[in-house]
Amino acid sequence: MSSESAAQRVFVQKEKGRIRFIRFVRIGILVLFLLLWELLARLSLLDSFLLSSPSRMGRTFLSLASTGELFLHIGTTLLETVIGFLLGTCLGIALATLFWWSETLSKIFDPYLVVLNALPKIALGPVLIVWIGAGMPAIILMSLLVSVIVTQVTVLNGFLSVEQDKITLLRAFGASKLQCFTRVVFPGALPVTLSALKISIGMSWVGVIVGEFLVSRAGLGYLIVYGGQVFRLDLVMMGTMVLCLLAAGMYLGVAALEKKLSARLNM
Amino acid sequence: MSLPLLQLSHVSMAYHTLQGETPVLDDFSLSLHPNEFVALLGPSGCGKSTVLSLAAGLLRPDKGHILCRGNPVTAPIAHLGYMLQKDHLFPWLTVRENAALGLSVRGKPTQSQMNRIDSLLAACGLADYTNRYPSQLSGGMRQRAALIRTLAVEPDLLLLDEPFSALDAQTRLKLADEVKSRIAEQKCATLLVTHDIGEAISMADRILVLSRRPAKLLHEHLISIPGTPMQRRHDPDFTPLFDTIWKEVENYVL
Repeated sequence: MSSESAAQRVFVQKEKGRIRFIRFVRIGILVLFLLLWELLARLSLLDSFLLSSPSRMGRTFLSLASTGELFLHIGTTLLETVIGFLLGTCLGIALATLFWWSETLSKIFDPYLVVLNALPKIALGPVLIVWIGAGMPAIILMSLLVSVIVTQVTVLNGFLSVEQDKITLLRAFGASKLQCFTRVVFPGALPVTLSALKISIGMSWVGVIVGEFLVSRAGLGYLIVYGGQVFRLDLVMMGTMVLCLLAAGMYLGVAALEKKLSARLNM
Repeated sequence: MSLPLLQLSHVSMAYHTLQGETPVLDDFSLSLHPNEFVALLGPSGCGKSTVLSLAAGLLRPDKGHILCRGNPVTAPIAHLGYMLQKDHLFPWLTVRENAALGLSVRGKPTQSQMNRIDSLLAACGLADYTNRYPSQLSGGMRQRAALIRTLAVEPDLLLLDEPFSALDAQTRLKLADEVKSRIAEQKCATLLVTHDIGEAISMADRILVLSRRPAKLLHEHLISIPGTPMQRRHDPDFTPLFDTIWKEVENYVL
C-alpha cells in the first residue's frame, strides 16, 4: 500500500464516492416512493381503497402474520416453486443429456420441441387440472412445464458448444462416450447450465402463480386472486410485495451459486 | 529394418455429406518405425490431420489398412499420445490434474505415475505451478503442461498436430528443443504434422511432403543433420534443404 501513487489514491477515492452515491440514490428512490404513496393516500389524493397504501399493507401483513396464515401461504408457494424448479431443472438436464447422446433422437424431436417452446404452457393449465385434479400436483406440474423446455434448450446448446477438440483429446486417451460426457462436456457446459437456472427460476414462479390462480386453496397466488375477488386490494398489494421479495431472494440465491461455482471452476 | 510400429498401407479416405464427398487421402502409405520422428509437411487443409486421426483409431479409412505393431487399429491404442494446436487444458483442473488426465481416464493414477508427472513438471519448469489453474499460466507454459499430459501415459506413439502453431515465434523455437529432448528420453515414435518447413527439418528424421487434397506423397527426405532443433537451424545443410523443400511445396501453395 505504501507504493500507492497519488493518482491511484485519487482514483480510489472518487470511485468509492461514486459507489456510495449509487447505493444512496437506490435506497432513496424506494423510500421516497413509499413516503409519497403514503402521503398521497393520507391526503386522499389517491384512492387508498383501490391503490392501498404502505401502512395499510403493513397492517394487513401484521394481522395475517400474527395468525400464522401468511406463513402457510408463503410456505405453500415456496414449496411448490422449489419442487417445480428442481424437477424442471433435473428433467431439462436429463433431456439435454439424452439429446446430446443421440443426435438422431435430437433431430426427431426437434420440431416438437420448437412447438412446445413456442407454446405458452399456461394454456395447458385447464387441461392439467382436468387430468390430474385441482391441487398441488397440478401446480407443480405447471411450474415444471413452464421451466423445463428453456432449461433443456439452453443446456443442450451448452453441451454442444464444448470444443470438439477437447472431446477428441479424451477419446484419443481411450475415454468412453460416458467419460467424455462426465469429464468435459458436462463440466465445460456448467457455466451455461447455471445461467439457464437463473432464467428457469423465474419461469418456475410464473408456473406456480398461474397454477395457484387457477386451482389452489393456499399460496400467494391464491391470496392475490382471493383479495381481488373480494375487493381487498390491501391483500393483493401485500401479496404482490411479498412475492417480489421472495422471487428476488431466490434469484439472488441462484446467482450467488452461479458465481461461486464459476469461481471454483475457474471459468 | 525392424517391424514398423505404425503402418498405413494404400489408405483412401473421404468425408461424406449429403452434398457430396470430399476425398482427403488417396492411396496413401506410410510406415513409422520405433524411435523414428517423421514429419508430414503439406499445405493447410490437405488432410494431414486426417492421417493422425486415422493413426489414432478415431477414424476408419474407406480403403486400405492401418496396422499398429502388426495389429489392425480399430480404436485408440493404449500408450498413444496426441497433442493438438491448442493446449486444451481443462480450466477447472489444476496443472497437475490436467497432466494426469490421460492416466485418470484409465483409472486412478498410481503413486509412481504421479511421481513421474511431478518430475516431468519440474523438468519443464512448472514445479511451482502444479496446483495452479491453467488461466494463471502463459501460453508456452500451458503448451508445456499439455506436453506432459501427453507424455504421462508413457506413449510409444506420439501424434503431434501442429503443436507449436499457436505460440509466438520465440516460444516456438524454445519449445521445439524441449519437446525433442523429452521425446528422445521417452524413446517414442513420433508423427508430426506441420506446414512449417523449418520446424520439420529441425525436428524430424524423415520428412514426407504431401500434395494438396486429396493428399498424395510427393517427396520424401531423409534428414541427416545432427543436433538439437536449434543446432540444426544453424547447420550449413539446413538452408539448402529448406530451399529444396520450399520449391517442392511452392507449386501447391499458390
